[in-house]
Amino acid sequence: MATPNDLQFQEFEEAANLLSADPGAPTLSMSASNDPAATAGTPAAGEDVRLDLSEDEAAQEESSELLGGQKSAGGFWTFEYYQSLFNVDTVQVLDRVKGSLMPLPGRNFVKHYLRNNPDLYGPFWICVTLVFSVAISGNLSTFLSSLGDPSYHHRPQFHRVTIAAVVIFLYAWLVPIGLWAFLTWRQGTERQVGGYSFLETVCVYGYSLFIYIPTSILWIISYEWLRWTLIVVAMVISGSVLVLTFWPVVRDDTRVTAVATVVTIVVLHTLLAIGCKLYFFQTAEHTPPAATIAPPIHPTPITAH
Amino acid sequence: MASAEEASRPFAGLSDVSISEEIPVEGDIAVPVGPSTRDDEFSTLDEPVKETIVRDLRAVGNKFIHVLYPKRSSALLRDWDLWGPLLLCVTLALLLQGGAADSDDQGGPQFAEVFVIIWFGSIVITLNSKLLGGTISFFQSLCVLGYCILPLTVALIVCRIVLLSGSGNVSFAVRLAVVTASFGWSTFASTAFLADSHLTNRKALVVYPVFLFYFVIGWMILTFSPGN
Repeated sequence: MATPNDLQFQEFEEAANLLSADPGAPTLSMSASNDPAATAGTPAAGEDVRLDLSEDEAAQEESSELLGGQKSAGGFWTFEYYQSLFNVDTVQVLDRVKGSLMPLPGRNFVKHYLRNNPDLYGPFWICVTLVFSVAISGNLSTFLSSLGDPSYHHRPQFHRVTIAAVVIFLYAWLVPIGLWAFLTWRQGTERQVGGYSFLETVCVYGYSLFIYIPTSILWIISYEWLRWTLIVVAMVISGSVLVLTFWPVVRDDTRVTAVATVVTIVVLHTLLAIGCKLYFFQTAEHTPPAATIAPPIHPTPITAH
Repeated sequence: MASAEEASRPFAGLSDVSISEEIPVEGDIAVPVGPSTRDDEFSTLDEPVKETIVRDLRAVGNKFIHVLYPKRSSALLRDWDLWGPLLLCVTLALLLQGGAADSDDQGGPQFAEVFVIIWFGSIVITLNSKLLGGTISFFQSLCVLGYCILPLTVALIVCRIVLLSGSGNVSFAVRLAVVTASFGWSTFASTAFLADSHLTNRKALVVYPVFLFYFVIGWMILTFSPGN
């Protein structure tokens, strides 16, 4: 078969034969680069390479680097490291947001939606949007609730933005740090498998806050029963995203620790929601008894498995 | 033959030149430098100050016109400058002062808050677009975002004029319409300039923070209420 005329095609065929015989053999790719986000003109290069490099260890490392799936594209002080954290498309972000809105019992958010590509775009901009939506909606609701009052002078209440920003960003970043540290420590002592990386934890928390954005906008409607219904619905959805994500990890731990961890997650989430509601959406009447109704509703998603 | 020899040895005629050690060699080496354009741009030290300022103002004004009639031009990107954004930011922050009960913390944004929101917001949006793989440079993006605040500043001036005639429902409706229109104009203008520098499947991810940025500024303008 080695006729000189077909030399060029022959090489190609030979290479293709070699590859089909051993799909894991490392191959050289000319078009992909180590930093897929920098090649602005070739977004599909990473996907094309993925077909060839799947089995071999070295090849796998190379392919995951090329896909940007691994976060270690350089140290954390380089710009490329952070660029690999923003390696998402619009469709992927919308998909993840949808996943946080509809938690199904079979679908672990991290495994199903993140798929080893946690991003920081979602958590960051969801937090920023939430800060402004809570502050603006709170301002609007105060304005609307005192429309009939002639002595009320409208004030922008701009300091609320600062407070909202501090609270929400602290929640979205410190709680995942604490949770991740705790889970890693437990994983180390109990020899569990399947822990989540820090970025995945931050990602889950960030996306789980998305439900509060439409909720805070709907809180402008000033009927107390509607507000409490909305807050309960939002907490159930958001809390179940978190519970479904973290339950498989803590399930193997001792019963007490597992339940305590999950309950802490849920309680902190509840505190955030109720705190936001009470501070930003103050109305004349104060309803403290309603606050104790919310936590007992939460064990139902846990026991339903 | 002698000429052939001389031709083959170009420096042959110099072989018998000798310089006596007592005579110092001196002279001028003068290279005539004509007025080149490169020199003109750098040697602006001697021109009157008015000319310098007018030139910068003209550049800023030119970019304002590009913002007001946004087409896909590269004027803003090619000669970016940050004078325009600074001017607009200071104007916006100054005009948002004098609101209801400035010293009270229930009032509107302070000067520093407006400044921080505009500059910090622009920096964050620029970082975001660079992290998403944009090809625009840092300062070009800051320049575009800053210049596109112009419609909102105009809206604020209009709002203040409208508020002079009272702050009833009619004036609120007018202000709402003006601010909404200028917010849409700002967002449209900035996306017209930033559009080409990103991948098509990430454009929405880049445009959304810009939308949020101008929305917040529009909100600050709309909720501005004059002091008693």
